Amino acid sequence: MTEHHTDTGQFDQETGKLGMWIFLLTELFLFGGLFLVYAVFRAKYSLDFHNAAQELNTFIGTLNTVFLLTSSMTVAMALTAIQKNSPRLALFLVFITILFAALFMVNKYFEWTHKFSLHIYPGSPVLKNLQKGELLFFGLYYMMTGLHALHVFIGMILLSINLVKIRKNVVNSGHYLLLENSALYWHLVDLIWIFLFPLLYLIT
Amino acid sequence: MTEPGHEAYVSYLKHEGKHKGILGWLLTTDHKRIGLLYFYAIIVFFFIAAILGMLMRIELIAPGQTIMGPQTYNGLFTIHGIIMIFVIVIPALPAVFGNFFLPILIGAKDVAFPRLNLFSFYLYIIGAVLGVLSQFMGSGPPDTGWTFYVPYSAQSSTNVIYALVAAFILGFSSILTGLNFIVTIHRMRAPGMGWFRMPLFPWSIYATAWIQVLATPIVGITLLMVIAERLLHIGFFDPALGGDPVLFQHLFWIYSHPAVYIMILPAMGIVTEIFPTFSQKPVFGYGAIAMSSIAIAFIGSFVWGHHMFTSGTSYASRWIFSFLTFIVAVPSAIKVFNWISTMYGGSVDLKPPLLYAISFIFLFMIGGFTGLTLGSLATNIQVHATSFVVAHFHYIIFGGMGFATFAGIHYWFPKMFGRMYNLKIANIAWGLNFFGFNILYFPQFIIGIQGMPRRYFDYLPQFQTAEVISTIGGFILFAGLILMLYNFIRAARKGEIAPANPWKGVTLEWQIPSPPPHENFDTIPEITTQPYLFGTSNKE
Repeated sequence: MTEHHTDTGQFDQETGKLGMWIFLLTELFLFGGLFLVYAVFRAKYSLDFHNAAQELNTFIGTLNTVFLLTSSMTVAMALTAIQKNSPRLALFLVFITILFAALFMVNKYFEWTHKFSLHIYPGSPVLKNLQKGELLFFGLYYMMTGLHALHVFIGMILLSINLVKIRKNVVNSGHYLLLENSALYWHLVDLIWIFLFPLLYLIT
Repeated sequence: MTEPGHEAYVSYLKHEGKHKGILGWLLTTDHKRIGLLYFYAIIVFFFIAAILGMLMRIELIAPGQTIMGPQTYNGLFTIHGIIMIFVIVIPALPAVFGNFFLPILIGAKDVAFPRLNLFSFYLYIIGAVLGVLSQFMGSGPPDTGWTFYVPYSAQSSTNVIYALVAAFILGFSSILTGLNFIVTIHRMRAPGMGWFRMPLFPWSIYATAWIQVLATPIVGITLLMVIAERLLHIGFFDPALGGDPVLFQHLFWIYSHPAVYIMILPAMGIVTEIFPTFSQKPVFGYGAIAMSSIAIAFIGSFVWGHHMFTSGTSYASRWIFSFLTFIVAVPSAIKVFNWISTMYGGSVDLKPPLLYAISFIFLFMIGGFTGLTLGSLATNIQVHATSFVVAHFHYIIFGGMGFATFAGIHYWFPKMFGRMYNLKIANIAWGLNFFGFNILYFPQFIIGIQGMPRRYFDYLPQFQTAEVISTIGGFILFAGLILMLYNFIRAARKGEIAPANPWKGVTLEWQIPSPPPHENFDTIPEITTQPYLFGTSNKE
């Protein structure tokens, strides 16, 4: 979002970072709306939520949490690497981060297709016969993890752009705002998952 | 156009950067040019929506079907609302005057992220065009009203999706504009300009920008949920899918009530610039005005429940929201007192900008007081969803924000275009606008109390007198708007060349040539005093 350089000469790293932080704040509020809806319905239909949550595969959820947490670490290491002027190491670490993100998505794909094969998807006849709260739970499950997956995907694109820019030496030890902001974005994606995981998979 | 003393002065209108001709505008990152792009787009959309409004007024000139059936009328008030609210009123002041004057007023060469600024503009255009197209494409114009209340919006067979997507994109554009302004104000003030040496228009833009950034994502996700509900049948709000319609109303108003303050705060900021200039006197209560903007932004975020007094919310939540609603009136009143005190004892010069600014106070107060009628629980039941509400919010939005916009255009026009409009025509247009406006909307208060519902294409015969008066007022107002537009177009092409400081203003925009050069300032000014000093020797 904020990698733009201007010709006014008044632009600096701090300005770009402040912009990114405010953008992340809006992202939190975007998901916040969904968390609010989750909270309201959980309070209203706690038993249904409890039952429905047992359908979710905690193993896959945990695995994905590990992937994302590790990738957050590698992207932070990549930033340090670029600051310490070792672009090759940074390239490698960004690549690893993208790899973890891809693993996350593959996992998510299998998780969703498994649900589909059980006819648990919005508008399915099986779902319509469930309790009201279970219906809402699966609706929220798809909406929240879907929106989150979209963010993972955008993060992968951002990180891929970084790969190219590091190779071209546009992102280097002097100018690493793009990588820093992408890393901030990636931490946000991670952070939201850290809330989604217990709310959807663990609290039963 | 070269002014004496500025050898290399080229105005931003004539400046040639990387791109020439029309591309120099369409791909510009100059905040002034982007402001003008918004300005032209908003004028076009405003007249589209105003014509839709006039069609509704003509329909209501007599009971029964006059020129359109009920379904057409439903489509008209929906798209009138969507265009007016999402395309014009919410973005207009930040996007036009915020873009154009915020950087100048704080002594910066541009906003913090000029390319992001251009990106916001294109998002805006995409959203706006989609909103207008939703009227003409596919399965008929959306008929849900601009509020998209579920369950109807989840079930209506019309083009609701297009309208929802349009509102979502416009919201995104609004967020990015707000983000840009916050960073600009934090990072790019001229040396020496501490927070309390900043003029008051930037203060109001700052408060507005925070609401844009914090509240808009909520409506964004809410609209996404309605889209998911319609497309994928994921239940959130539709009871048929297990959802809760009142929850939608909460989420919608959590944004859409603060959005009212996105509209009115910059309007207040504009008139706050105008009163000192046309009284030639320092603004009264600088700190109070600055802080009341922040207070309005803050308290205004906690009053959304007053839209739902008849939705079956609990008694406790109703009286709390009612109480908080009354509290918002306090900072608003502080501002009114300060504006009037600014004029008191000054050398008041009743030029068109001040005429509009004073009308703003008058109309805003009527809108504000009737807002209290709506905010108190007992009277709300009587006037809920009647034309009283319609009159109330048109007084706030059109009488308040609209007239402040006209004030701003008249105030800054000579700076933006370097030419002066005809003052006599401007005064006549003001008369038509002001009296036309009151004739149009005041009768709606009366028949609203008597029980005329809003959003009806038909009515009982006893309301006809008032409806006819309203329609006549509508025509007068429309004539005034056309005359005002004519005056500006004429002035922009062949008006007298305006001096750099026609109103003897003291803020930074009046210290640079008209129209401003490409990067505003040859050298960034050093700020050593408060704004609005007018030659008096006030110390800090």
